[in-house]
Amino acid sequence: MSTFKEQPARAPLRGRNIKLLLCLLMAWSLSFISQSVFAATSSEPRALLEALDTGNFQAKGVAAQAIADSDAEQKTRWLQALLDGRLGKERRGERFYIVTDDSGREWPIIDAITFEDAGTGTRRTVDIFKINNDLRTQIEGLLASLSLSAGDEASRLAAARQLIGEIEADNAASVRQMRNEEESDAVRQPLDVALALYDVQQGDAEALDTLRGNLDTRIRNTLVPIAAGDSPLAAEARSVLDGIESKRVWYDRAQTLFFGLSAGSILVLAAIGLAITFGVMGVINMAHGELIMIGAYTTWLIQQALPGQPGLALALAIPGGFLVAGAFGVVIERTVIRFLKGRPLETLLATFGLSLILQQLVRSVFSPLNRRVTSPEWMQGAWQINEALAFTLNRLGVLLFCLAVFAALWALMRFTRLGLEVRAVTQNRAMARAMGVRATRVDMLTFGLGAGVAGLAGVALSQLTNVGPNLGQSYIVDSFLVVVFGGVGNLWGTLVAGMSLGVINQVLQPWVGAVLAKIIVLVGVILFIQKRPQGIFAPKGRTS
Amino acid sequence: MTTQATLSGRDRSRQAFLSRSTLVTSLVLIVGMLLVLVLNALPASNALHVSGATVALLGKYFTYMLLALAVDLIWGYLGILSLGHGAFFALGGYAMGLYLNAQTSALPGWQAMMTYFPVAALMVLLAPGLLALAFGWLAFRSRVTGVYFSIITQALTFALMLAFNRNEMGLGGSTGLTRFYELMGFSLSSEGMTVALFVASGVAVLLAFWLCRAITVSRLGRVSLATRDAEARMRFIGYRVDHVKLALFVVSAMIAGVAGALYVPQVGIINPSTFAPLFSIEVVVWVALGGRATLYGALLGALVVNYLKTVLTGAMPDAWLFILGALFVLVTMVLPQGIAGVIAKWRGRRRAAVRPGQREASA
Amino acid sequence: MSGLESARFGRLRELARPDRVFDFMAPAQSPVDVRHGPILYLEDVSVSFDGFQAINGLNLTIDDGELRCIIGPNGAGKTTMMDIITGKTRPDTGQVWFGSRHNLLALDEPQIANLGIGRKFQKPTVFEALDVTENLELAMAGERRVWKTLLARLDHEGQARIDEVLETIGLNDERYRLAGVLSHGQKQWLEIGMLLMQRPRLLLVDEPVAGMTEPEMHRTAELLTRLAGQQSVVVVEHDMGFVRSIARQVTVLHQGSVLAEGSMDAVSSDPRVIEVYLGGDEESA
Repeated sequence: MSTFKEQPARAPLRGRNIKLLLCLLMAWSLSFISQSVFAATSSEPRALLEALDTGNFQAKGVAAQAIADSDAEQKTRWLQALLDGRLGKERRGERFYIVTDDSGREWPIIDAITFEDAGTGTRRTVDIFKINNDLRTQIEGLLASLSLSAGDEASRLAAARQLIGEIEADNAASVRQMRNEEESDAVRQPLDVALALYDVQQGDAEALDTLRGNLDTRIRNTLVPIAAGDSPLAAEARSVLDGIESKRVWYDRAQTLFFGLSAGSILVLAAIGLAITFGVMGVINMAHGELIMIGAYTTWLIQQALPGQPGLALALAIPGGFLVAGAFGVVIERTVIRFLKGRPLETLLATFGLSLILQQLVRSVFSPLNRRVTSPEWMQGAWQINEALAFTLNRLGVLLFCLAVFAALWALMRFTRLGLEVRAVTQNRAMARAMGVRATRVDMLTFGLGAGVAGLAGVALSQLTNVGPNLGQSYIVDSFLVVVFGGVGNLWGTLVAGMSLGVINQVLQPWVGAVLAKIIVLVGVILFIQKRPQGIFAPKGRTS
Repeated sequence: MTTQATLSGRDRSRQAFLSRSTLVTSLVLIVGMLLVLVLNALPASNALHVSGATVALLGKYFTYMLLALAVDLIWGYLGILSLGHGAFFALGGYAMGLYLNAQTSALPGWQAMMTYFPVAALMVLLAPGLLALAFGWLAFRSRVTGVYFSIITQALTFALMLAFNRNEMGLGGSTGLTRFYELMGFSLSSEGMTVALFVASGVAVLLAFWLCRAITVSRLGRVSLATRDAEARMRFIGYRVDHVKLALFVVSAMIAGVAGALYVPQVGIINPSTFAPLFSIEVVVWVALGGRATLYGALLGALVVNYLKTVLTGAMPDAWLFILGALFVLVTMVLPQGIAGVIAKWRGRRRAAVRPGQREASA
Repeated sequence: MSGLESARFGRLRELARPDRVFDFMAPAQSPVDVRHGPILYLEDVSVSFDGFQAINGLNLTIDDGELRCIIGPNGAGKTTMMDIITGKTRPDTGQVWFGSRHNLLALDEPQIANLGIGRKFQKPTVFEALDVTENLELAMAGERRVWKTLLARLDHEGQARIDEVLETIGLNDERYRLAGVLSHGQKQWLEIGMLLMQRPRLLLVDEPVAGMTEPEMHRTAELLTRLAGQQSVVVVEHDMGFVRSIARQVTVLHQGSVLAEGSMDAVSSDPRVIEVYLGGDEESA
């Protein structure tokens, strides 16, 4: 016992072996001490907390175990507070406090035993009990078994999941008993896994079957040392590990695909408006990126106007971003682009000038600093399929949004009068005119539509990154490449090109790093355009 | 315009090297340079004294003028709008930067050869030249033209910017190359060196101007104008337009490289931001403002815009981007032939150049 | 030894000949071999765009020095045929030979042009930023390589040739005017003049008299007839009166293949041709 030196709270772990050794020693010492202080379990709350007031993490561990084993009503709350670093003792007194909010300098505190309001405290007046990493793991385990024996199904399930890899000789029996008493299948399943893992550690080869194909990293981590030996158990463990590994590879691929598609969907959103204006009017709009930026700023502004309601703000931002950016687009078309008809290089330069003006305008009006748009709750967090596969909700949302926008555009082009006229103008401007299509009106609407879609891209982007004056610039080169790669004026081409560039980039990244991956994609597209100047879906014809 | 008038009114400037515009431009350059030198030599107390800082600034303008010349050669005369000429400028600059670094410290690996001036000078030409050769060969062979070409040149310089930002390139990462002290054994910070670099840049502008003029008045110049306006037609009368384009593109890239090499010792740093697409496209507006396909217009445009930039970024930094943006819009809409077009009109020479770019749409 | 290999060895042997400089340094002369038959030979050529069969099993033979008119309704494949001959479009199947030596399908536009096939487009395309003389100078047969064009000077012979052509096309008074300011008819003439400067063995002329006045048409007819004999001329034209005034041999294209071939009288009395041509006319009348 006394050979243990106090561990500094943030001691760097000097390797796996040391940590493992410490854990084993700790487990051994805990089981030793827990028996010796067993008598204290029924002691009064004050004594339980008093035991935590020591600089020795070993002793603190014992005290935490004692709290868990006691029948004090407040024990869950204490352990949680201890885990959160919010449990402490009055520096010049004997009272114990729980800090309810430690974000400020003055903390609101409550009495740890009575839970009554105790005014405020500060770092000077309350001595917070510190914990280290090992202790944190232990407390998490304790909390897990506590909520396993009580609470609703959700918390029991969470607790059961916590237990995987945490079962030791001293709690194995009680967990097994809990498992047998558990009514819910959903909760029993992780408990079975946790117990099986424990059994495997004890040398039970049959228990391995339960672990087959389970992607939990804790299982893999536990099995790796077991699989190292020559024994039949080790061989069996190796086969289980191989199975886990190959399954994991597939899920990793799915994960990469998801990230790729989500990155691709941003490219598609950014590029599709461009594809419309470029394809229909032959106009290179270098200010397209800034229209995206305007969409993003519209989202931010709407959110500023509706504080505390990010969901509503986002819902309003979708039409808002479309209309504001679309209006900018119509103005640009009316004032500049229509005078540069048939001079693509001049249009390119003029719209580039507009992009500079818009950027500087935003800088002057809103400051050059980045703004943060809060995502609504249902866009935060992730949808965890399993240990290896999780869909970040905001990215998933953007992906779905992109597909929705694409579908809407496609339907617009396919089924509406405007779409028909746009397609007519794309194919033969003079003929369309002769047939009574008002080409100038079509131009204006088309450009407005392209700009509006850019605004939608901005709304989507605001959910992923910060909003700033340079937001659009970073997408303009990429989106042009997508348009050209996909074949000018081809909606499907843009979709396929954007998605595939996103995925290719994501696949390359782990090998060569983000920057090099981007360079490779850029160079790849440059080479591709040399080979097929018409893009993936090349329109063929005598006039091409 | 009557037939009699046109019979005698042939536009000689397109066929004769020693045309009025060549003479006037050369004269203005030479006299301007000498004037600056004389005024610089005056004692500092004299009201007309031009300070060393001003000389350095003018030297920098010269390198920009050189770059503008390179862009005009291919944009004005061939209709190739490169939005990535900054890349060639930067490559020349990096070659020079390595040489300058090698003066005071030993460079690792292949960079060690940059210690020798002839090698460095060769690299100033070869690095941009070879890149232009490889890129141009691919692009022109597969007939990538018009806005497509512009976009992929922009992608090229963007990719290079990302690449040069990587520390693994061994070229200083995002900080770039700096800490230049000596050039050919002389201190870079001395007044004499400032003047020498100013003169070198001025002479380079003059030589490049003559080179471009010689090219554009030759039959090759007429071939390139014809290619600019009716590329397919040129093929059907037997010209390899891809070779013409490639040759001029490489020459242009090399001029840009020299510009970069002269720029670096004068500003004391070269970093990946020179590869930024914004810089390259700014160069285009210099040429557009000055007037395409005139060569002197490019020189004038580079000077005017950069002088404006120096003044305005000092006086009202926020306004500069507004003004630059407005320049882009106004030049394309109101002054499609730039200042040179205004001069030509003013002198009643409306035939000077048929609006360049009016046929680009058909390409 | 397979044909390919023998060709390879043949090239090696060429290189080893002491009496000759390397191929690429020799002047680019490749005489068209017409001893064994026609100057232009198209066999079973087909091409389709996105499922549309523009040319369908086309066979065509043009003899050396012949003047041939090709007529046919819109979409018959006349322009596509010219695109194929000049290398702009590659056919899906078939063979195209120039003389008996040059396989045109293996060459691109400049190579084909330099072999001596000149083409005049439907819509006149002259170099508008250059004056009339310069347009002719660029078209003049001669060295086309970049370095050579940089150093090229217009010699007396070239100047004389330009003067001669200027006289022929009647643009002597406009010689220093920019081509961009010429009238439509003058542009047509300039383009014909450029073809003359090229001295092609085979001239492909697409609708030469479109937009011309009656006297101009007569002059064009006269010029084309005069050219035939020294050069082979293929004329695609809509104007039946014009065709009748120059044609000896007429080929009728329909839906990408030859419908009829023969003298103008024979062709215009062919019931199938009447069906295709006049059938449409009657409807519109």
